[in-house]
Amino acid sequence: MEEIAPSYDVIVLGTGLTECILSGVLSVKGKKVLHIDRNDHYGGEAASVNLETLFKKYGNYQEGTKPWEAYGRPADWNIDLVPKLLMSSGELTNILVSTDVTRYLEFKQVAGSYVQQGTGSKATVAKVPSDATEALKSPLMGIFEKRRMKAFIEWVGTFDVKDVASHKGMDMSNCTMKEVYEKFGLEPGTRDFIGHAMALYLDDGYIDAPGKAPETIDRIRLYGNSVARYGKSPYIYPLYGLGELPQGFARLSAIYGGTYMLNANIEEIKYEGGKFSGIKATMTGVEPEMKFETKAPMILGDPSYFPDKAKVVGHVLRAICVLKHPLAGTNDADSCQLIIPQSQVGRKNDIYIACVSSAHNVCPKGYYVAIVSTIAETSANHHLELQPGIDRLGKTEEQFMGPPIPIYEPLEDGTKDNVFISKSYDATSHFETTTDDVQDIYRRCAGEELKVEGLREGVQMTEE
Amino acid sequence: MADSAGAPRPSSSVKLVLLGEAAVGKSSLVLRFVNNDFQENKEPTIGAAFLTQKCNLPTRTIKFEIWDTAGQERFASLAPMYYRNAQAALVVYDLTKPTSLIKAKHWVAELQRQASPGIVIALVGNKLDLTNASAAAGGNSEEEDEESGGAAGGDGGDESGDARKISTEEAKTYAEEESLLFFETSAKTGHNVSEVFTAIANAIPETSLKSTRGPGASNAVSRGGDEQRVNLTGPRGDAAKDSCAC
Repeated sequence: MEEIAPSYDVIVLGTGLTECILSGVLSVKGKKVLHIDRNDHYGGEAASVNLETLFKKYGNYQEGTKPWEAYGRPADWNIDLVPKLLMSSGELTNILVSTDVTRYLEFKQVAGSYVQQGTGSKATVAKVPSDATEALKSPLMGIFEKRRMKAFIEWVGTFDVKDVASHKGMDMSNCTMKEVYEKFGLEPGTRDFIGHAMALYLDDGYIDAPGKAPETIDRIRLYGNSVARYGKSPYIYPLYGLGELPQGFARLSAIYGGTYMLNANIEEIKYEGGKFSGIKATMTGVEPEMKFETKAPMILGDPSYFPDKAKVVGHVLRAICVLKHPLAGTNDADSCQLIIPQSQVGRKNDIYIACVSSAHNVCPKGYYVAIVSTIAETSANHHLELQPGIDRLGKTEEQFMGPPIPIYEPLEDGTKDNVFISKSYDATSHFETTTDDVQDIYRRCAGEELKVEGLREGVQMTEE
Repeated sequence: MADSAGAPRPSSSVKLVLLGEAAVGKSSLVLRFVNNDFQENKEPTIGAAFLTQKCNLPTRTIKFEIWDTAGQERFASLAPMYYRNAQAALVVYDLTKPTSLIKAKHWVAELQRQASPGIVIALVGNKLDLTNASAAAGGNSEEEDEESGGAAGGDGGDESGDARKISTEEAKTYAEEESLLFFETSAKTGHNVSEVFTAIANAIPETSLKSTRGPGASNAVSRGGDEQRVNLTGPRGDAAKDSCAC
């Protein structure tokens, strides 16, 4: 009964969010899935862990001491290793709703989205305006600039890429975002928060790229629509941390017949004629250990399972900090995102701060967890790169910062060997690139577009 | 037991999780409770997020959200999310199969370690129809339910037709030691099934019903009661997830 089948339709390695969404979707589509993780928990690199686990992972304590005991029950902590937030009108939200995974999870709004202007002692923090009314009240701009911003936001709302009349005489397929900004007479400071805090670009590359304007406008709209949906910020966050997301999709897969196994070491990935054919693995943590082999025509997984088939494309710096107070300048928000645009602090990449608290059941009452992150630009002294972000936090109770975290991408698209590898979680503050990767992998491995709407319709359900 | 809604009574949702070895009849018990139905040789569970069923008590209505493991317990891969905020658990064993009680004890220990401290646990010995039930059914059995018609699906048993391998005494003693509710049931005949759920409903402290979702949600009166809590399915269509077809 408790046996591994001799073959599956697909084997999935690693229970990160990308892998779990894919196995959920493939199971709903009727594929027989075997999903394996080498760890004893779900989520892989993007799990949420308790405080004791976090101390042990970073090793920043004296042997024999138990610093986590000063912070209540370790189990009351669910600290994300990768800081991200969901756009409330984004693609991950669509997938959650159409797969009914929302039934296993509860979400709360993130209380605010903020941006920093200036640096050092002159730095100010202000809410990112999301519509014309907010633009008129924003301390980020002077009185004339506010009106120009209002005109710009209204235009973004009416812009239709197919309707030339809405293009204000600009050639939208070729013009740059710089030309659009100039058309509206927007100042550099305003461009900064539009591009970085609303369109959520990580650097300024989008400004001078010809034809990039419609994409930028789409991103500003996603931001605006997401804010409009629940009111306070464009972001929502699952109670008990982001680690709940992969678990939810794993359950979806399981109720459609997916088989799950944790604590399993992959000993060999086998190929026949250059194509993936099967795996040899051992499940540990049980007596006796269970050795098995099984076959499948394809395999999906995160890059850590295929070190020779992935390359490093950059490094992310990250500091996880425990605070006893909300971030300054955020109106005592129980949660927020604060973006420090690169130009404000003389960098090429933005610094992000994501802060959540006991309001989201990630820590005991009175605590806040803030994660500061950016893309590494130097090869040493990484703590200095994060410093402008750390400065915003005030007094920190604990700080966890490891070496730069490599970001991997697959070398090939998998069509040659039927090995489909996901990308690492990037430095963006949301899941839009993660769901892009899901769509992309699905297209490559299933040979069709992933249509999310109505995914479960027509599939026989036994519930209710 | 699950009559249609009468006078308005306070209603609360209760998350109930099912645990137990494969093929002890977890899903069959729920199917009997929810649909008053039984399927011989039921396939392993597929496709159900969770089932819901109301249980009307004199002073209040309890709406059970019943979570099946979906097979994730097989290779020790049950996610923490499964236990999260569960207010009740049904730990099922097959009283014709000694190993299934050992497994049940393992799950009880796991619940005591992982679940919320106030969880109500019921230990249930299923497949009473495969035994000489009348001898051992326990106090509150209703004889008319007991159509011990053809104990099919039976795997042998001795000449008396009694396949019982775990005595009522043994399981009951263990249940008392661990402060668990205890029942012997037959999902096949329906014997004692609704009684299990009624007993659980009665055992859940009134105080823990105020918050829908456990200790963290202290001031949330109901889903969406908290201003920041969001209902993702809301704006897109009004098939609200709270509406219950049963």
